[in-house]
Parts: sequence; structure tokens; C-alpha cells
Amino acid sequence: MKLNSNIPEGNLQDKWQNHKFKLKLVNPANKRKLKVIVVGTGLAGASAAASLAELGYQVDAFTFHDSPRRAHSIAAQGGINAAKNYHNDGDSVYRLFYDTIKGGDYRAREANVYRLAEVSVNIIDQAVAQGVPFAREYGGLLDNRSFGGAQVSRTFYAKGQTGQQLLLGAYSALNRQISLGTVTMHNRREMLDVVLIDGHAKGIIVRNMVTGEIERHAAHAVILATGGYGNVYYLSTNAKNSNVTAAWRAHKKGAAFANPCYTQIHPTCIPQSGEYQSKLTLMSESLRNDGRVWVPKSKETAEKVRKGEITALDIPESERDYFLERRYPSFGNLVPRDVASRAAKERCDAGFGIVPTGQGVYLDFADAIKRTSAHLIEEKYGNLFQMYNKIIDEDPYKMPMKIYPAVHYTMGGLWVDYNLMTTIPGLFALGEANFSDHGANRLGASALMQGLADGYFVIPSTISNYLADVEFTKPGTDTAEFDRAAKEVKDNTDDLTSKKGKYTVDELHRQLGKIIWDKVGMGRTAEGLKEAIQQINQIKEDFKKDVHVPGSAAEINEALEKAGRVQDFIELGELMARDALAREESCGGHFREEHQTEEGEALRNDEQFAHVAAWEYNANGDPVRHQEELIFENVKLTQRSYK
Amino acid sequence: MKLTLEVWRQKNSEDKGKFETYTLDNANEHMSFLEMLDVLNEKLTKEGKDPVAFSHDCREGICGSCGCVINGRPHGPDEEVATCQLHMRKFEDGQKITIEPWRAKGFPVLKDLVVDRSAFDRIMHAGGFITVSTGSAVDANLMPIPKAIADEAFSAANCIGCGACVAACKNASAMLFVAAKVSHLALLPQGQAEKTERVKKMVKAMDQEGFGNCTNTGACEAECPKSISIRHIARMNREYLSASIASE
Repeated sequence: MKLNSNIPEGNLQDKWQNHKFKLKLVNPANKRKLKVIVVGTGLAGASAAASLAELGYQVDAFTFHDSPRRAHSIAAQGGINAAKNYHNDGDSVYRLFYDTIKGGDYRAREANVYRLAEVSVNIIDQAVAQGVPFAREYGGLLDNRSFGGAQVSRTFYAKGQTGQQLLLGAYSALNRQISLGTVTMHNRREMLDVVLIDGHAKGIIVRNMVTGEIERHAAHAVILATGGYGNVYYLSTNAKNSNVTAAWRAHKKGAAFANPCYTQIHPTCIPQSGEYQSKLTLMSESLRNDGRVWVPKSKETAEKVRKGEITALDIPESERDYFLERRYPSFGNLVPRDVASRAAKERCDAGFGIVPTGQGVYLDFADAIKRTSAHLIEEKYGNLFQMYNKIIDEDPYKMPMKIYPAVHYTMGGLWVDYNLMTTIPGLFALGEANFSDHGANRLGASALMQGLADGYFVIPSTISNYLADVEFTKPGTDTAEFDRAAKEVKDNTDDLTSKKGKYTVDELHRQLGKIIWDKVGMGRTAEGLKEAIQQINQIKEDFKKDVHVPGSAAEINEALEKAGRVQDFIELGELMARDALAREESCGGHFREEHQTEEGEALRNDEQFAHVAAWEYNANGDPVRHQEELIFENVKLTQRSYK
Repeated sequence: MKLTLEVWRQKNSEDKGKFETYTLDNANEHMSFLEMLDVLNEKLTKEGKDPVAFSHDCREGICGSCGCVINGRPHGPDEEVATCQLHMRKFEDGQKITIEPWRAKGFPVLKDLVVDRSAFDRIMHAGGFITVSTGSAVDANLMPIPKAIADEAFSAANCIGCGACVAACKNASAMLFVAAKVSHLALLPQGQAEKTERVKKMVKAMDQEGFGNCTNTGACEAECPKSISIRHIARMNREYLSASIASE
């Protein structure tokens, strides 16, 4: 397997412009003869499908939801970054680039990140033109707020529903193309395989989730915008149906999977309450603009809180430890997510947690309400406070929120080159499904930026470079390759519904999630990772022999959908552990306990690990680890400091 | 908590469907309503029975996937929540809970509690967008929008497309859903160019899908998980009226 990142020559600032000029074009008349499949309709998928159709390509778009509007991008809360510098606080494209590279703990490509920062400004323009109702100041201009890992205010937002509003914008652009007949929308279809012809991606196999029919779809190129794999942990802030299946099946067909161990644990989520828990709920990072994170200074006080003898309101100011402000005075509560999460875990592990399980800290708005007003806080975060109140049954305007870190985002994903093409020619990966821009830790409000950058502005340019060389012949599904792929999918589906073993899919998924959370979560050790690999293999066996999927494959069958996804999560989980084991350093979200500074911060090993690990699937043995060296020509690698 | 659940079971869109009664004795008040259904489904699976199909995804009230009629109310007995945000503390120990799908001509049942809401998408295809291709936008701050207008547009754009408004309405009207989009775009300067055509096309599509008309009872507003106000319906009616006059 050869990894050619195709990073353009020249100065960082000129790379994207030069590259765009050099990319091959497809003339408008020929675009009509070319069909592109887009899988997933979140920010990356919907924006890509709409933009490609606008250019004249025929687009077939797929989602497993009943409507493209339900993709999980909808749940993103806090905001979207853009280097507009509307607030005159010293922001620039270069600063956004620099913050993102540093926030990612120097494990991302300079060229990709710079391009991301460069197009960020166009995204805001595009969204506003579509009618996205961003927050505004009284003068009618756009408002901004701050996010972690930055000292400027560059985050555009729409209350705590920015993802919803941006997705509805992209969905509206998609609807326009559907009405024009340039996009054919396929709802309730789950992609179960990618079809390769002569080594190129030429189609997909999907299951119609209402009838159970296995369908074939052919195209000249395939784009996966299928999101991240956070649900490997069972409990995460991802939507229940988010999964890795499309990306994983592509991996098994030859697409390298990069940096699977880079997962993001978000510091501010509502703590788990019981064993039946089905998912965790995020409380946006934007809350750290106004909320202060603390635990009691003494363990005895914490103990009393846990037992319900006293509440936060009984603890005087002098008895509180605002540990982020204490440890990181210059960034305070706005340190990056990985740093904030580890700091919370450290306090809880030391016995200062404030919920009955011991796994929780406070996020307190009392000072902000005193400084401004409850009304202003409501303006900014109303829906989040309401959401919290509904779940916990406690009023966060009066009582500090209780929060704890939870899995939220995955930086790893399908390896792509600068053109967003995977190692399979003609197969592209966009948004969270790829690995490319966030290094080992993503900064807040950068996921929306990347999804839309990829879909609106990058892929429309780069895909033409591939399509310019393909033949215009109408792609057909009547080939041996399609036959084989469709048969494999059908056999697997039948196999899953035929064995009525003793474990439900959820039981096995919970077991898997617990292992991954304990051993490939916030703190990892060589010993733990080796154990995890063994335990995951046991689950793999149990699944193979003893899974129970009720019902048949010829109907709506949620257990069957889940079974296919968990099957892939089990394999991915093993790869995550292998990747974490091989990366003998700590960086960003990957924290190997053996590698830390005296102060407990992540200790990188730049000499040996300033590279991307791209894994090649091997059906007959261990996966093969390839390396793409990361070259830093503009940024000096330093120990990240937020002090 | 011990519960008696009366759940609508329907194999597919052809099946007539009927209520089945189940008992559950290991629910607890901190569970969400959907977690309670998860527990029921684990139990049914273990007993070799078919679990209850229901739509859900984000489980934080924003994707709009979930929704059932619970004891006669869309999204159940709490205010401003989708079904996924409803918690069992809103019910009594020993209570009987009746769970049904959305019932409307425009939303055929696919299985159990899962309905087909693609009619909503088709209404959007008719005109729920601003015509602007990628790359042609001007600088975002070129056009100031007064905060009050932007906030009002947001209060409509807030719609999650769950369909509770239709389920709550005695006429199965989709007016609140359609009005939310018409109002959102009609309020903004960017939406002006197409506003006449948009309202006419979207209302026409809504009628074609078999949704009823609005008779101002306000049930939709009362059950909307995002509290979208029926003043948006008033705005849509005004837009529709002026569009009709303008074109004739």
C-alpha cells in the first residue's frame, strides 16, 4: 500500500490556490454524463451532494434516516469557527490554522489545516445566504463567542443549535437539487458494501431498510460522508444509529484506516445515571465561556455531597477548587477538550467527584448570572439549560450543572490524500469519516467547519481531477463484482438473522463499550490495551456463535441493523487498541499513562511518532501499519501549553 | 416502577394492527421513555418475541426522529419535549400507558410506531429553500438583519420536523410545519426574492399530500416540542393571501 498525500508544492498560503489551478476539470457538457454516489446526508454529505449537483453531475444520495435532515450533524450545539476577524481581536486565517494545528497536538497535516482555515470564511457567507439564522448583535451584524483552545472570538452560533441550523441550510440546498431532478435521494437505505471494478470504486450495495431488499447502485465515483465511530463505546454523545459500517466495509475492501486511537472525550456531558442508560447527552463547550468548573477542595466535603447531605450551594467560595483556572491560568475554563477532560478525571479519581458514582464535577453559572443576568444567559444557552433540566430534573440557573467527560467525536477515520481520496481510487471520504484535519484532538466548533469545508468547497474542486480521467460509459450493476458483493451482503444478513443465540445485540455492544471505555478511553496503558485485544476477541467469538437477532431480514428490523453495525464495531475496537498500543507516546486524545510529563500532561515523542498511522486490512492475519510522515515547515513543534 | 403498557402493534403498512398489552416491572423514574422501551424490547427479545419498532436517533430532542402518542398526547405528558426527552418521573408507579403511532393520512404507518413522514420532505422540495449556489454568496455582514427579526426567524427555523403538530391536530393539518419554513424564510432579506412563489408552491404541495386545513384550535402549538407559535401560521396566511393577490 502506497500513501501519497498529494500535498501541493509551494508556500503554505498558496498551496490551495495553486492546486486548484492545476487540477483537471470536466467540461459542463461532460459533467452531465457522470454519476456520483454520496453516502450520508449530514453537513459533509448534504453540502457535497448539493454542490456537485449544482455543478452538473448526476448525484445519487443515500441516508439510513427517513429524511436527510435527521443526520447527526443536526445535534451539534455550540458553533462553527471562521477566521472572519469581525471582532477585531487579532484573528486571521493563519491564527485559525495555528490554533487548529496546536490544538491537534501537532498530528495533522499543515496543508489540509491551512486550507480548512482559508475556506472557513466562505462557509459563513454561504450559510447566511441560505437563510441560516445565526445569532446577531443589536446592530444586525453577526455575533461571535469563544471556544476552547483559542484566545479570540471566532465562533458563529445559533443559540445551542448551530448544527441544526447549518444542516437545515445544507438540506435546503439539497432539496433544491432534488426538486430540479439533479439529485436522486434514497432514504432508509444502509450502505453495506462498496463495489470495486478494476480496483476503482464504482458503486455500492445497500439494504432497503423497509423491505429488506438488497439493492445495487453504480456510479463513476463514490463519496462516503458517513460520520464517526464514537458509538464503538456504546455510551457516547453520538446518535443511537451513528456507526462505522460504511467506512469499515470500505476499509475491508482496501481503504486504509488512519489513527483509529484518536478519539475525543468531551469534558462537559451529563453524567451516567444507571445501567439502562442508552446514550449520553452533551452540554456544549460554549458553556465554558460563562460556566466555571469546580469540585470541593476537601474530600470530606465531596463525600457529603455524594451522600446528599449537602449541596453545592452549601459550599462556601473558599472551599471550592476551580481546578482548570488553577492549573491553566491563561486559558482557564477554555482549555482544549482533552486537557479539560483529563483534569476532571484526575480530580474524580482522586476522590473529589460530586455525584453518587464519584464521576462528576460542577459547571457553575452563578458568577455569570450575577455579572450579566439570567436573561442574557438564557439568550445564549436557553435550549441547553432546558435540556439539562429535563434530564436531571434540576434547575441549572439555581444549582450548578453536574458534568463528566464522555465520548463525543473521533478524529481518526479513513485515510485520505489532499484531494480527500482514500487509498481506493474513486472512493472519497468527507467530514468526520476521514482523518485529515484535527490531528490527535479536535478543537470545539471545528467539526461543523470541516464538514462544510469538505462538502461545499473542497470536493467540488478535487473530484474533477479524478473524474476527468474516467470513461463516460454508463455504469452498470450487471457485473461479476456487483454479483459477488451483493451475495456477500445477503449471506451476512441471512446469517445474522438465522442464529438465535443467547446474547442480544445490545448486551454484546455494552460489553464491548465497557472494555473500550476502560482500556482505550481517557487513559491507556500497554498492559490494558493487550487485555482489551484479548477481551474483544472473546466478544467477537460470542457474537459469531451466540448473537440473537429477532425477526427476519425482509422487514423493518432494528436489531438486524444494529447487529451489522456492532459486528463492525467489534473489529474496529480491536484496531483501535492495536493503534493505541503501537503509538508509544501521548498526544491529544490519546493518553498513554506511561508517557506523561511530571505535571501529568501529554508527552509526545516527535522523533518517532510525528506521523499518521494508516492501517491496511488483512483478511488472513494481523493488520499492517503504514506511516505517513508529517512535515512541519511553518509551525514549530512544542509542548502544548495552556498555562 | 411497575407499568402496564398498551402498545400499537402493526406488522407493516398492509396489516390492520392492534393493541397488545405488556407488563414491565423493572422501569425506574430516571429512565427516559425510550430507555423504558429499550428495556421492554430486551425483554421481548429474550422471550423470543418481536420487539416494538419505534423511530429514534439523537435522543436529545433535536433530530425529530422519535414521536409517539402517549396516553393521547403527542410526545406524552411533559411540556416542550420530544418523546426521547420525556422521563419516567412523569408517570406514576403502576400506571397504564397507551402508546400509539402518529395517526394521519399523510403519515402512513410502516411498522408498529414507525410512520412514513416523507410527505414533509416533498413539501420542502416544493420550495423550502433559497436559490443560492455554492460559491456565489456575498460577505455575510454585508446585509445587517435586526436582531429581533433574526430571533423571530430562528424561532420558526427551530422546527425539528417531528410531525407532532399533525398528530395533535383534529384535521391532521401540517400548517405549523409548513408555516415554520415559510415564515423563517419570509422574514429574512435573503428570502424575499422567492417569497411569493415559495408560499404558493409549498401550500399546494401540502394540500396534495392529504393534510387537512387549520381551524385555529392551537393544539399543534401546545404539543410542539420546540414551542413554535401559531403566529407563524398567521404570517404564512398573510404571505399566501398577498401572493395570491399579487399574482392575479
